[in-house]
Amino acid sequence: MSASHRELRLEIAEFNAEYAAVLDAGRVQDWPAFFTEDAVYRITGRENFDAGLPVGLVYCEGIGMIRDRALAISRTTMFAPRYLLHQVTNDRVLAVDPGGEISAEANYALFETLVDEKTTLQQVGRYHDRFVREHGRLKLKARHCVYDSLIIDTALIYPV
Amino acid sequence: MPDSAPRPNADPAFPFAWPAEGLTRIPDWVYTSPEVYEREVERIFHGPTWNFVALEAELPEPGSFRRSFVGPTPVVAARDAAGAIHVFENRCAHRGAELCRLQGGKATEFICPYHQWTYDLAGNLTAVPFRRGLKNQGGMPKDFQLEDHGLKKLEVATRRGVVFASFDPSVPSLEDYLGAAMLRDFDATFDGRKLKLLGYYRNTVPANWKMYHENLKDPYHATLLHAFLVSFGLMVAGNKSAMVVDPSGRHGTMASAKPPEMPKLDQETKTQMRAYSDELRLAEPRFLDYVREFDSPWSVTMQTIWPNFIVQRELNTLGVRQIVPRGPDEFLMVWTMFGYEGDSDEMTRHRLRQGNLMGPSGFLGIEDNEAMRFVQQGVTRSDTDASLVALGGTEEGTSDHLITEAAIRSLYRHYRDVMGL
Repeated sequence: MSASHRELRLEIAEFNAEYAAVLDAGRVQDWPAFFTEDAVYRITGRENFDAGLPVGLVYCEGIGMIRDRALAISRTTMFAPRYLLHQVTNDRVLAVDPGGEISAEANYALFETLVDEKTTLQQVGRYHDRFVREHGRLKLKARHCVYDSLIIDTALIYPV
Repeated sequence: MPDSAPRPNADPAFPFAWPAEGLTRIPDWVYTSPEVYEREVERIFHGPTWNFVALEAELPEPGSFRRSFVGPTPVVAARDAAGAIHVFENRCAHRGAELCRLQGGKATEFICPYHQWTYDLAGNLTAVPFRRGLKNQGGMPKDFQLEDHGLKKLEVATRRGVVFASFDPSVPSLEDYLGAAMLRDFDATFDGRKLKLLGYYRNTVPANWKMYHENLKDPYHATLLHAFLVSFGLMVAGNKSAMVVDPSGRHGTMASAKPPEMPKLDQETKTQMRAYSDELRLAEPRFLDYVREFDSPWSVTMQTIWPNFIVQRELNTLGVRQIVPRGPDEFLMVWTMFGYEGDSDEMTRHRLRQGNLMGPSGFLGIEDNEAMRFVQQGVTRSDTDASLVALGGTEEGTSDHLITEAAIRSLYRHYRDVMGL
């Protein structure tokens, strides 16, 4: 592994840590800033991903839909208050295109804590990502969150 | 434990009495009692009802199979070499193992992994290892007949690509079971075009399974709980809408027509709907567009087919939902989302984008699941012992407005009759 590859991996790990920090802090309105204008964001079960079925629990095409998701969750959606905590690990850089587009993966675990309840494992899964650079900074052009935990407990409220 | 006084001369093993007020009250024990749940499985899910098990699009070829459920009971739906669909219990006739472990796929036979008893695609037993014993020792008794020990088979009915099953051979035809009004709404969605699978959602809800039916027979909640619908103009209390109930009371369709433009709301309506806001605007409102494609006056129909099936036609996002009860206080929902063969790529993506409304992360789906969880907690933990269903007085049946609970009362009239309550 080259030094530049290692550096890129570290940069992606830092990106993912910041991304998780924003969501863990409940700052869902700041979450769209991690994406490009034409970004695709999807959360789907592994059974769909493996079978090539396109459905998403969350399916956003473009930054407008990503912002609408953030707006709806923070302003209109009714749900019980909760804390969420992401652990993002096993960051891997898979390839860098000649054009500079980066394919990467990382595993995630999402813990959820509701008032009066024990902490539960909401889901475990893997990010399948495409990163590009805008003004020197990494942005997500695509993030497919593919969860192994096929049965969602009640509802998955916030973005993953 | 039942929290109403036992009826005089009541069955001591089933000491439940409906509140004296009648159908305007629902006693908590319908949601919490293991005895009531057991009777529901026996009389409803295993009784003369049609239960959704699969879409034919999931069984495209001879040998295709799908793991499924009738009520809480695991079954397998499979298409045989001649193309016929069979549904049988997922329970080996030998020691009871759930033998089919895959969610679906293709097979030529089903072999129980424990002792390799082998069944064909119709559930008939075809082979038993060491049936004659080994070196004249052991083996099955001489009078053992393979044909007496197949998997338990269910009645099967299909309509427009939807597969139903029943444990009870006395079940009426699917058409009689649904009735003319329900068939009309069903056929508007399953209009003859072949279905194209888009994928699955699965979630549990920590609530009694009947609450899912009640929620879709409760048009009152739509504009109150679902601020998204109201904020972004999809539905307001004045929209053209109907809550259709079939003559038996058990099935229903909640229907509404999306206005072509964001309606102007009068001050009274705005004040009644706390969720309403003049300021919220979507960046991509096109995802809520309704592309007319159905022979129906309604842009939205949510059809509840008793006891385990929901047909979702929410604008252009389509899905079926299967209720799998797991005891009185939890159910599994399996959502199968689909479009039609021949949909353009853009139409498929429109359906997928609109899918953000539904499912366990849907702008509406989240709220329904949360509300049911809250109700189950309330009816389980409180000292109070019944809930109030008095909106619209004691009227029952179909209504053409939203501010009524008539359809819930109709359901419970049917339920009490079947359950002997």
